[in-house]
Amino acid sequence: MLELINVSRHFGGLQALLDVNMVVPMGKVVGLIGPNGAGKTTLINNISGLDHPSSGTIRFLGHDISRAAPHRITRLGIARTYQNIRLFGESTAHVNLLIAQHGQGRASFLEALTFFPRYLNEEKRLKARADDILAQFGLSHVAHTQAANLSYGDQRRLEMARARAINPRLLLLDEPTAGMNPTETRELGEQILRMRDDGLTILVIEHDMSLIHQVCDLVYVLNFGQIIAHGTPAEIKNDPVVIEAYLGREDD
Amino acid sequence: MIDGLNNLIEWVISILTPIGITEPVFQFMLVAALLGLSIYLTLHTGMFSLANAGFMAIGAYVSVILTQEFDQPLWVGILGGMIAAGIIAIPIGLPVLRLRDIYLAIATIGFSEVVRIILLNFDDIVSTVLTSLEGERVRFRLLNGGRGIRPIPKLTETWMLVLFLIAVMFMLDRLARSRLGRAMVAIRQDEKAAANMGINVVYVKTMAFVLGAVLAGAAGGFNAHLKGIITPADFDFTLIVDILAYAVLGGTTIWVGPVVGALVLRAMPEILRDLNQYRGVFNGLVLLLVIIYIPNGLINPAGWKRVWNRYFRRREPATQIIAESE
Repeated sequence: MLELINVSRHFGGLQALLDVNMVVPMGKVVGLIGPNGAGKTTLINNISGLDHPSSGTIRFLGHDISRAAPHRITRLGIARTYQNIRLFGESTAHVNLLIAQHGQGRASFLEALTFFPRYLNEEKRLKARADDILAQFGLSHVAHTQAANLSYGDQRRLEMARARAINPRLLLLDEPTAGMNPTETRELGEQILRMRDDGLTILVIEHDMSLIHQVCDLVYVLNFGQIIAHGTPAEIKNDPVVIEAYLGREDD
Repeated sequence: MIDGLNNLIEWVISILTPIGITEPVFQFMLVAALLGLSIYLTLHTGMFSLANAGFMAIGAYVSVILTQEFDQPLWVGILGGMIAAGIIAIPIGLPVLRLRDIYLAIATIGFSEVVRIILLNFDDIVSTVLTSLEGERVRFRLLNGGRGIRPIPKLTETWMLVLFLIAVMFMLDRLARSRLGRAMVAIRQDEKAAANMGINVVYVKTMAFVLGAVLAGAAGGFNAHLKGIITPADFDFTLIVDILAYAVLGGTTIWVGPVVGALVLRAMPEILRDLNQYRGVFNGLVLLLVIIYIPNGLINPAGWKRVWNRYFRRREPATQIIAESE
């Protein structure tokens, strides 16, 4: 579904990504792990169009999206969350989800101005869907609270709900469990599996190995901008190269 | 219907006249409200653009040329001014809107100044070009440089301004409830996240810039046919500061803000006319107080709540709160 072919990205002299080759198959949950500074977020930024690769190709459903603008990539069906939460803080949770559905609306401003039936129906539909998704993520009680005033856990959930509202086919999660306790992490894992069962493909950046074991079908390991290993979670766990990257090598 | 509106306006003005707001003052208050709304559109989208004075000048000159040189009715003039401002806004906006914050402000102030200086020298420029083309001395007169165009018949009536302002406010209210309006709010808060929501940031920003220019153009057209004279000096940096002050005083979270800001700032010097030369000081003082204590402007429920909590709410002693929590 998503395919990265020899993707490299350097910032001046700093090689953030080097010849990354990766495949995210349809309907799977793929994990991306690696030590801090390995280039995981850079990779997600390149896929979601906030940044573009210096060389190489990113293909999504047959489209070359290496140089596409972020809103085009979103409309092709890729949504993401952020490592440090980036909600629209002044707007309510409900409005955050309405904004996320921007690409699904068709009614123009002129139709809104003249109370055209298409606008009215569409508005009703978008609002109903926002309510549905809020309920699905257990956020109904804070629907009309400003996002900035939500608790940390609710903000994390709202961010995922917002990405869900985009109605993507591929969801990129950038460290969704940051700051969560083990119970919350487990609940989040179940949420991820539910979304997969709904037909979503998911690429998740994670440090928490328990979550990786819980949800991932396939794991890629990134270190110093290069993919050093990939395989099932069980294979990765025992791979000597991965252990070396995380823990260092023993001096003999 | 217009008769009814006229009676209503007459009645309102008869009430306001004793405190110093006569019909001309009221008219300029309405023009100021239009200008406030024009800067609201860009600020609301998170763009610190100060090009409004330039677009107002374009609207004013184009509308006056249409009514005076081409004998068109006022509405054609105003419409022409709006269209001219909007069309010029597109090529200006596309490159300039890549800038952000203070850099955008500087570039757009530059645009306003360029417009003013072109207007000032327009006749000379055209004369020079024509002279070199024809081979003999040609004197071209249209804008009269620094002396400006006068007299312009006072075609603008209060009811036109009232109707136009109501129509614009209605449109902005609908905008806030549409996808485009929500996209503007999203861009103001986080441009990159907005792009990841599928919003075409360049399109929405350009749209806000062009709509703002169209409104400024309309304000320019109405204003020219109220004052009876326009000179390039009317559209200098002081005008930019005035327009910005409307938005700062009223706030830009909703469209009501800059309207209230403009009406208050325009009315206050007249209400306080007994203070003579100290009137300006009072305006400045009110602005300062609002910036310090209600940074998001007068029309901003969240800000008022914060002010209330900080200064007026009865505070419970800390020991009591600890006792309750145990």
